Amino acid sequence: MDDIIIIGAGPAGMTAAVYATRKKLAVRIISDNIGGQALYSSGVENYLGYKYITGEELVQKFEEHMKSFDIKQEYVKATGVRQKDGGFVVTTDRSGEFEAKTLIVASGKIPRRLGVPGEKEFANRGVAYCSTCDGPMFAGMDVAVVGGGNSGFDAAVQLVKIASKVYVIEFGERIIADEVYQDHIKQASNAEVRTNTAVKEILGDKFVKAIKVEDRKSGAISEIPVGGIFVEIGWRPTVDFLNGLVALNKIEEIEIDCACRTSEPGIFAAGDVTNVPEKQIIISAGEGAKAALSAYDYIVRGGI
Amino acid sequence: MAEHNVVLYSTATCPFCIQTKKYLEDKGISYTNHDVAADQEARKEMVEKSSQMGVPVLIIDEKIIIGFDRQEIEAALGL
Repeated sequence: MDDIIIIGAGPAGMTAAVYATRKKLAVRIISDNIGGQALYSSGVENYLGYKYITGEELVQKFEEHMKSFDIKQEYVKATGVRQKDGGFVVTTDRSGEFEAKTLIVASGKIPRRLGVPGEKEFANRGVAYCSTCDGPMFAGMDVAVVGGGNSGFDAAVQLVKIASKVYVIEFGERIIADEVYQDHIKQASNAEVRTNTAVKEILGDKFVKAIKVEDRKSGAISEIPVGGIFVEIGWRPTVDFLNGLVALNKIEEIEIDCACRTSEPGIFAAGDVTNVPEKQIIISAGEGAKAALSAYDYIVRGGI
Repeated sequence: MAEHNVVLYSTATCPFCIQTKKYLEDKGISYTNHDVAADQEARKEMVEKSSQMGVPVLIIDEKIIIGFDRQEIEAALGL
């Protein structure tokens, strides 16, 4: 049995691992990736010590530092958690179960899904959630970007240079993206913005061929032929695997106190998955450190 | 260690592609890289072989691995 299982290996999880292992605790990380959302930052200028570094390079530095300690890592996904004998059991998708006295949930956020028919079926076959990663695959095609906020417009700005045409689809009345992004798209000859439009279905055969949309004002349904659809409607805390074991707030973030304690004794949480008010790499790292020290405190005091 | 034929389809900007390359290089595994952002033929090839569009796609001998999946890569390389 481990002292701590850390779920998630982004900045919060990796910092927690280093802090916990330096307290001579037996630590295991369960995470199917190293870096989390930090990997997607193209340029980080506000992580102290680095005037400018790419997200991927910063993650490399974290990983190198972490690997200098003896921390067990399972490159799999946590699928469930249950209580057992005062501790916890974490089930995974491919490596069975692991037990620990305490847990640190640092599972961050994942892109919000549209929840329409065709979305799951066409994942990686025309449906994408990351324009930095997948944009180049759609060169010369017509694509749709769903989401009229900064995420959507940032994706659209990248895609107008790659795709032949970009439709930006916004559910609501207004575009809320920053003016600078909006201007850029207004000036692009191959971009078309549609507000008050809902995506109802994603269609295709082997790959995406079109999206079915509804004009929310008139109720009219139409199809837009596209080879790809980028879903940029925000991020959702990764909490489903916890199955209600800890209290969440209205937007599904794990509620923690300033010592990173959740509603469940022995379970701590850190980073973007929590209700920490600001989501920044440096904040997540700090929260990870706090969570590890809180977990240590809990173990040393005999779990009281 | 047995010799394996390792082919990688990647883009220069995708973080998981960068991680895959670093992982292979750290382990001293030689591989052929195809930049599917720059090379349309390679892009078509990748999509045909893997029936999907996500990168990275690693083909180790006959085994197709989508995404940077350490467990699968280690199994395929016998590490």
